[in-house]
Amino acid sequence: MSSIIIGILVTLGTLFVLLSAIGLIRMPDTYMRISVNTKAATLGVGLILVGTAVFFNDLSTTSRSLVIILFVFLTAPVSAHLIGRASYFTGVKLWKGSVVDDLKGKYQKNSYILKSEIDDTPEDNVDHTKLDDDNK
Amino acid sequence: MTLTDYLYYVILPLLAFSVLLIVYRFIKGPSIADKIIALDVLITTGIGIIGVYSIIHGRSTFLDTAMILALIAFLSTVAFSYYLEKRNRKK
Repeated sequence: MSSIIIGILVTLGTLFVLLSAIGLIRMPDTYMRISVNTKAATLGVGLILVGTAVFFNDLSTTSRSLVIILFVFLTAPVSAHLIGRASYFTGVKLWKGSVVDDLKGKYQKNSYILKSEIDDTPEDNVDHTKLDDDNK
Repeated sequence: MTLTDYLYYVILPLLAFSVLLIVYRFIKGPSIADKIIALDVLITTGIGIIGVYSIIHGRSTFLDTAMILALIAFLSTVAFSYYLEKRNRKK
């Protein structure tokens, strides 16, 4: 009975990891790749580690795998936010089908300040729709 | 089919295939941010492989390695994004 539960958990986790790898290949945009991998890979690894905790069924291993799950769940959004912020500021272009860009015109290219409103010096703002192709 | 056979012949090849896909994105990736994301997901998939491997062999000591890998993945992503932003500023 326990092996059936472990099999289901590990299979679901592996499918999520595989889907996140396929999403990493198929997604057209850096930001969409960040989004896919933050959610799917984290959930997949969490399910696999829950399967490990069910398999060993003692306190030390369960606490160890729970600590890994907690750590991955805490750090994945932080690292995704940081790398998304860095890639937006370094000028990675959005996909041409993206409709909403909430930070459009709010990041100052020369003073490196992120403002919360569009100010009166629009020539200083980074506009991702008008970037050159070599500025990746 | 026991659990060990199932994990060994079905789950581990699927995880290895996803590692191959991620390595393809790591080599190809158009911007450097893509490569950093691919590295992060590569280490995360490695944690999953270590979990499956510890189930197959029945040794829980591999999970310590997984914990260290999770730490290194977070640290490397934070450091890479910090220096990516800084490098852009200096230019």
